[in-house]
Amino acid sequence: MMARIATATAVVFGLLCARPPVPLSAQSLRVPYQTFTLPNGLQVIVHEDHSVPVVAVNTWYHVGSSDEKPGRTGFAHLFEHIMFMGSQHVQTGEFDRLLEAAGADNNGSTSEDRTNYYEDGPANALPLMLYLDADRMGFLLPEMTAEKVDLQRGVVQNERRQSYENRPYGLAEENILERLYPASHPYHWPVIGSMADLQAASLEDVRQFFQKYYTPNNATLAIAGDITARDARQLVERYFGDIPRGPAVTRTPPPPVPVAGVVGAVLEDRVQLPRVYDAWHTVKAFSADDATLDVLANVLAGGRSSRLYRRLVYELQIATDVVAFQDGGRIDGKFEVYATARPGHDLGELQRVIDEELRKLADQAPTPREVERAQNTVEAQFLSRMERVGGFGGKADQLNFYNYFVGTPDYFQKDLERYARVTPAAVQRAVQTYLTGGHRVVLSVVPQGKPELAVKEGVTP
Amino acid sequence: MTAAVTVLALLLTALPAFRLSAQVDRTKPPALPPPPALRLPAVQTTTLPNGLTLAVVEMHKVPVVDVQLLVDAGAARDPSTAPGLATFTATMLQQGAGARSALDVADEAAFLGAQLGTAATFDGASASIHVPRRRLEAALDLFADVVLRPSFADSEIARQRELRAAQLVQQRDEPVAVASIAFPAIVYGRGHPYGHPLNGTDSATARLARDGVAEFYGTYYRPNGARLLIVGDVTLADARRLAAARFGGWERRDVPAFPSPPTPPRAAARTVYLIDKPGAAQSVVRIGHVGPVRTTPDWFALEVLNTIVGGAFTSRLNQNLRETHGYTYGAFSQFAPRRLNGAFVALASVVTAKTDSSLVEFLKELRRIRDEAVPPPELAKAKAYLTLGLPGDFETTGGAAARFRELLAFGLPLDYYDRYVDRINAITGADVQRVAREYIDPDHFDIVVVGDKSQIEAGIKALNEGPIVYRDLWGQEIR
Repeated sequence: MMARIATATAVVFGLLCARPPVPLSAQSLRVPYQTFTLPNGLQVIVHEDHSVPVVAVNTWYHVGSSDEKPGRTGFAHLFEHIMFMGSQHVQTGEFDRLLEAAGADNNGSTSEDRTNYYEDGPANALPLMLYLDADRMGFLLPEMTAEKVDLQRGVVQNERRQSYENRPYGLAEENILERLYPASHPYHWPVIGSMADLQAASLEDVRQFFQKYYTPNNATLAIAGDITARDARQLVERYFGDIPRGPAVTRTPPPPVPVAGVVGAVLEDRVQLPRVYDAWHTVKAFSADDATLDVLANVLAGGRSSRLYRRLVYELQIATDVVAFQDGGRIDGKFEVYATARPGHDLGELQRVIDEELRKLADQAPTPREVERAQNTVEAQFLSRMERVGGFGGKADQLNFYNYFVGTPDYFQKDLERYARVTPAAVQRAVQTYLTGGHRVVLSVVPQGKPELAVKEGVTP
Repeated sequence: MTAAVTVLALLLTALPAFRLSAQVDRTKPPALPPPPALRLPAVQTTTLPNGLTLAVVEMHKVPVVDVQLLVDAGAARDPSTAPGLATFTATMLQQGAGARSALDVADEAAFLGAQLGTAATFDGASASIHVPRRRLEAALDLFADVVLRPSFADSEIARQRELRAAQLVQQRDEPVAVASIAFPAIVYGRGHPYGHPLNGTDSATARLARDGVAEFYGTYYRPNGARLLIVGDVTLADARRLAAARFGGWERRDVPAFPSPPTPPRAAARTVYLIDKPGAAQSVVRIGHVGPVRTTPDWFALEVLNTIVGGAFTSRLNQNLRETHGYTYGAFSQFAPRRLNGAFVALASVVTAKTDSSLVEFLKELRRIRDEAVPPPELAKAKAYLTLGLPGDFETTGGAAARFRELLAFGLPLDYYDRYVDRINAITGADVQRVAREYIDPDHFDIVVVGDKSQIEAGIKALNEGPIVYRDLWGQEIR
C-alpha cells in the first residue's frame, strides 16, 4: 500500500483478527451503522461513536493499480496524489490548509484493489471535510493542468526513490510479482509502478481515469464519530447530491495464474547481508483458506516463539530476522516468507531450514497452543483497532473495507469468527495445499558481485 | 464525459434530493460551528511506599489496557567505554525472567495477545504492554518478571550480542539510519551523553557481557524515580491493587544523578558534513544544531514555530521542497524533546540531482522564518492545528498514554493539557520571531548529507554555504 504522506511502518504483515476459544467477555464486536445510497449511486455508511469529539470521513474509490493500463503502471497512485492538488472551487494547496486550520489531518493510500482517502479531526469540521471531498469528486478536471501532474509526478518519483530504490531490498517485491503473476495479470506489477511509466503519464490519462473511475457510483463514503446520522446524511446530500453518476465500471476476470515449478532469481543490491524471499500463489481475501494462511504465517514467523524465528534466529543463529505473511487481495493472493542471513552465511542454509520447517508442518499439524496463540494475538489486534474511528485501519476505513470485500460493512464479528474456526489440521492442510510443490518464486537478494550467496537451483520443499 | 452519462445525469435532476442540493454554495468553504469543548481523560496519581509513582487514566470504551513503565535508565547513562549498554540492557529484560526462559517470555506474551516492548532512548528506559482487559492480570505477572527479575543468562547475552553485531552491519545499508547516527555524533560530539550511537558500535558490542549489564540494571532500574502509567479499561482502585501486589516489593536505592554536562557549543561556522553512499538515488539531509531543553518556558512558542516551519504537511519546508519543487516525498523539522538540550533538526530525503537546490531552499526557509514576521493567517492556522487537533490525540489508550507519558518523563505538571490550549493561543507573531531568532541559527548549522559524493559534491561546493568535511558512516572523522 502506498500512502500520500509517509506513515509509521504499517503493520501489514500478520493477522487481522481472531476469536479466542473463550468468548470475549460475552461481548461481541459490533460497529452499528446506517447506510443509504444517493440517486447518483454514492453509497454512504454512517457510524456514531460519541466517546471522543472527533469525526472521521473515509472515502473508498473502487480502483487500484490492478486497473492500470499497460505502460501506465503506478498511475492509480499518482492519481491519488493529484486528488490533493485542488479542484474547481478549492485552489491548489487550500485542501490541506483549510483542514489544518480546522485542526484536521488527512491522507490517502492506494493498493492493488482500491484507493482510499481520509480526513480526521474535531467533530465540527465535518461540513468542511465533505465540502472538500465533494469538490474533488465532482469538480476536479476544470482546474487540472499539466503542471499539477508534473509536480506530483516528481513527488511520487521521489517516493519511489525513498521507499524502494534507496532502501535496502526495496526492489524485491516488484521482482517477485513479475515472476509470480503472468504479464496479463493485474497483480503483475507493483502499486508504485515503474519510473518510465510514471514519466509517461499525461494530462489526458488523468482525464480519462477520472471520468472512468472517480464517480459517485464507484465510491463509498464512511463517516464515523461524534456526529448524528441525520446531520451526516443532510450534509452528504447537500455536497454530493448533484455530482453526476458515471459509467458503470466493468472488469474482465483475471487470467489464471499458471502453476509451474520453482522459479529462481537473483537480484544484486547495495546490501551487506543477503536475503531470500519465497513467494507462493495462494488465495484471495476472505476465501476459504485465507484466515488459515494468516494463522500459518503466525505459527511460522509471528514473534520470537514462532517456528522459523526460533530455528533461524534463536537456535542456529544464521539469520537476523524472518517474516511470513499471507497477502490476500480482492482478486488473488500470495504467501511470502523472507529471511536475512547473518554475516558468513549464505541463503542456501536459510532456505534448507525454511523448507525443513514447512515439511514438518506438512507432515504433522501444529500444536493446539500454537494455533490458539495466533488466535489470541490477532484478537488483541482486532480489539485495539476498535479504539479509533479514523486513519488507515480505523473503524471508518474498516467499514469501507468490509463493505467492498464482503458486502457487509459491520463484518467485524464475522471476520473474527473466521479465525476462531481455524484448526491445527486446517493449518497442516494449507501447508500441503499451497506451500509444497507447485509454483514458487525463490528470489535471492545478494550484495553486488556476490551471486554465490544465492540459493542454488533445484530446491524443493 | 460520455453522452450516456450526461443523459443519466439529466434524468437524476428530477429527483428532490438534487433540487435541495442545488442550493449549495461551493464558492467558499462552509462556516463551521464552534469546535467541541475539550474533554480530556483525567489522570490520577498515587505513590507506592517504595517511591514508585503510579498514574492511572481510566478509559472504558474498549476492553484493552496500555501499561508503560518509565525507568531512569537511558542511554545518556552509558559508560563511555560501553555505548549501547542501556538499549542492550532493555533488550535483555525480555530474554528470560523469573522462571521463564527467553522463548517462554515471547510465547506467553503472544499467547496473552499482549504486545510487550522494552526499549531505551537517551533520556530513559521503558517497558510497555498492551493487552485485552481480561488478560491484564496474567500480563502484569509477565511484565513484572521482565522488569524486576531478568535472568541475564550468559548464553542469552551472547545470543543477543551476536544478533546486535549483525544488525549493526545491516544498519550501514540504510542511509536514514546512518544519518540518524551521524547527525547527533556531529552536533554533540562523542563526549556528550547524547553524542554516541544509541545501539553502540561494533567494538563496544563485542565487549558486551553479563557483568556490565547486571551492574547497569542494578544501578538504574529502581522504583524511586520510576513511573508506572496505566491507561484503559481499569479503575484506579484495581490498578493500584494490581500494581502494588507486583511492584510494591521492588527495592529502592539511590540512583546517580542524571548527567549534566555543559551545553555543547554550536559549530564555529556553518559546515557541510558529507557521508558518501555511492549509487544512492537520494541524499538524506539533516540540518540543525543543539536546541533547548523540553522544560523551557519557550516550548509553547517553539511548538507554534515548528508547526509553521516543518511540523505539519502545509508547513513551509514541505510546501517548498515537496509541493512547489517536487524534490522530495516530504520535508520536516523538529525540536527534539529532551531532558538535556535537544537538537533542532530540519530533514528530508531529496533526489540526488537536486541535492544542492534542496539545500538552497532549506536555508532560504530557515533564514526567512527569522527575518520576516509570520503572516497572521499562517500563525492562526498553526495554532488551530495544534489546539483543535488535541482531542484526537486522546482517542486511544496508546495515544493518551503517549501524551501523559511525555508529562511524566519530563516532570511536567499533570494538568498541562488543561492549560495547553490557552498557552498556545497566547503566542503572538512576535513570540514566534523571537524564538526563531533564538533557537534557529543558520550561521552555525551542521549540515549532514548522506549521498553519492561523486554526484553531489560539486553542486554543494558551488553553493558556498560553508566548508565541506568528509565523515564516515558513524559521523566520525575519516582516518
